[in-house]
Amino acid sequence: MFDSLTGRLGDVFDRLTKQGTLSESDINDALRDVRVALLEADVALPVVKDFVTAIKDRALGQEVLKSVAPGQMVIKIVHEHLVEMLGSEDVELNLNAVPPVVFMLVGLQGSGKTTSTAKIAMRLGKHQKKKVLMASLDVQRPAAQEQLRVLGEQAEVATLPIIPGQMPVDIAERAISAGKLGGYDVVMLDTAGRLHVDEALMAELEAVRRISVPQETLLVADALTGQDAVNVATEFNKRMNLTGIVLTRVDGDGRGGAALSMRAVTGCPIKLMGVGEKLDEMEVFHPDRIASRILGMGDVVSLVEKAAESIEIEEAEKLAAKMKKGTFDLADMSLQLGQLRKLGGMEGILAMLPGMGKMKSKVNAANIDENMITRQQAIISSMTLKERTHPKLVAASRKRRIAAGSGTTVQDVNRLLKQHKQMAQMMKKMSKMGTKGLMRNGMPGMPGLMPPH
Amino acid sequence: MTTDAGPENGQGFFTRLKSGLSHSKTALSDGIAGIFNKRKLDDDTLDELEDLLITSDIGVEVAAAVTGQLRQTRYNKEITADEVRAALAEEVASILAPVALPLAIDPTRKPHVILVVGVNGTGKTTTIGKLAQQLRDDGKSVMLAAGDTFRAAAIEQLQIWGERTNCPVVAGKVGADAAGLAFDALARARADNIDVLLVDTAGRLQNKANLMAELEKVVRVIRKLDADAPHSTLLVLDATTGQNALNQVEVFQQVADVSGLIMTKLDGTARGGILVAIARRFGLPIHAIGVGEGVNDMQAFDATGFAHALADVEINGKS
Repeated sequence: MFDSLTGRLGDVFDRLTKQGTLSESDINDALRDVRVALLEADVALPVVKDFVTAIKDRALGQEVLKSVAPGQMVIKIVHEHLVEMLGSEDVELNLNAVPPVVFMLVGLQGSGKTTSTAKIAMRLGKHQKKKVLMASLDVQRPAAQEQLRVLGEQAEVATLPIIPGQMPVDIAERAISAGKLGGYDVVMLDTAGRLHVDEALMAELEAVRRISVPQETLLVADALTGQDAVNVATEFNKRMNLTGIVLTRVDGDGRGGAALSMRAVTGCPIKLMGVGEKLDEMEVFHPDRIASRILGMGDVVSLVEKAAESIEIEEAEKLAAKMKKGTFDLADMSLQLGQLRKLGGMEGILAMLPGMGKMKSKVNAANIDENMITRQQAIISSMTLKERTHPKLVAASRKRRIAAGSGTTVQDVNRLLKQHKQMAQMMKKMSKMGTKGLMRNGMPGMPGLMPPH
Repeated sequence: MTTDAGPENGQGFFTRLKSGLSHSKTALSDGIAGIFNKRKLDDDTLDELEDLLITSDIGVEVAAAVTGQLRQTRYNKEITADEVRAALAEEVASILAPVALPLAIDPTRKPHVILVVGVNGTGKTTTIGKLAQQLRDDGKSVMLAAGDTFRAAAIEQLQIWGERTNCPVVAGKVGADAAGLAFDALARARADNIDVLLVDTAGRLQNKANLMAELEKVVRVIRKLDADAPHSTLLVLDATTGQNALNQVEVFQQVADVSGLIMTKLDGTARGGILVAIARRFGLPIHAIGVGEGVNDMQAFDATGFAHALADVEINGKS
């Protein structure tokens, strides 16, 4: 699905960039495809319509038709406008009130409210040194209050003691007075998941809101949401006067069109996004990155950041030195394969690279196996130290031994040796160009992973 | 919240399904009525209809198929809102009918093992509670296995469902190996001569390779005791999910050999149109839909009812 979508956008943009001049009909064709692409990325229809109209006005203006590379210009406009709609700046949580400042989290069932409550509380505690109290008003789902209590223990954040049978409004009152008495900076109210059309439960939320006067009322929404996102966001905003959105499951492979829809219909900034199951996996929302993702342009910034986190600097420097000397041996290759695995393997990297739709389909066509990296490392591990530094030593009988030792075949060993040779040659060439940007130099290993056609 | 009708009550089912889908069908049929109020079926109208279908999460492919059908037979003819609803319902029903299959329990298995999988927050544990109730109502002995050893209080949540439905629950410690727990549960269910074992699993996004490998392991370990188990692997899908549901089905099918689907949260404004796209692409049985948080808020999936509720044929423009 997403591959075809990204492929489609890739084609559109390809066609545009190849053309020297653009006619009005070229742009119309392109925009039709952009429209479908956005719809397939789960951006809501009314939002898509507004979007395309706005782009068209700008694209048909002088700035595109007379520019040197009109195709590039259209892509730039689409991207810019997307960022604009998602909110051009990162917006932080608002703590400017007399403590205890009340935050309230609302949303549909299963959107991730309880986990987000704990994640935000932990962020406030760790990064901003705030004293936070969490309270669960969820009397609907079995063990929901217990869930928050356990998360509080894990996050080292205080939770309001559970009184069985107490109703949400009373729990909220108790939480706020406990917040005042206990000298807390922030009181976070986690609420039960509810449908925006459930009148009784929505009224309950309003009642809680009236007595707690939250500084932030955050809608917690699943990034995988489809067209319904506009209905949910509109209704919650109408009833609750939202101050922001927390987008969850951004680490899934959804295209996140819901983010655009909800931002557009509520005007509320997306403040944070959940990017994993662990409690520290909550990040500030970066509109430009999500825009790139919706467009299938890849998230290069995140890739670089991830690489910076995962790749040991020392190892990288050693590798750089070796490359400079042109002595890239099999042990180095194994090291590099290990780093590749840390980055999430081929799929992980491809997902973040621009134009990945096309790449990915090629990779699939070549039938690349994620286990390949593991196997290649196994082959290298089955070699003696001497063999690793002097690959030329590896002759027929040694190859058989290595294949048996690593559970592979002689052909696999041959392929690895050939790839190493190619990589070493590439490294040599590159070292002549200088070793600036190790990231880029580290990457040439990737093509080597593809089996020869 | 409606809790009146049992699953065997046909009248209650339809009412509830319709009320569950009422928001979606209102939006959709209002839109259709708007387009087709005594108009000729021209290109613009077809485009608008395609858009409307897309907004039900039905997917571009199916939307194009339905409008393509209309184009062939009715192009340039006067067409009423009712006619277009009927055509839409017919097309949707024809796609869904082959996959509307109830969950079959093999009585020769002791136990029949049902593994319940899905991404986080789709409603796996709640679905297990509802399934347990239905199976108990059918006179079967049911055991629950608290295989979500990751999420805080997931075990307690299942235990409460166990109490509500009067089923024994096999649970381990938080952070325990889910595969080992499933193995123990199966051994216990065998020893106790249980009819059906429902195994809960932790929610996992389908693009997390390590978590999917863990799920694969659960299946592998269960098979050590019973080579044919799990006899059913149910993927729970959230109706509010958009096109990503297709990815979910694809990957979970690859990893865990999904045998059927259950869609939850159809009592909101989400239209669940994605089910149509899923049915078209994968042809996997759709067993049931969830329409509320109560223990009885689950119904067998009925293709015609779903399609008609979506296209709003019954109401004939009164909405």
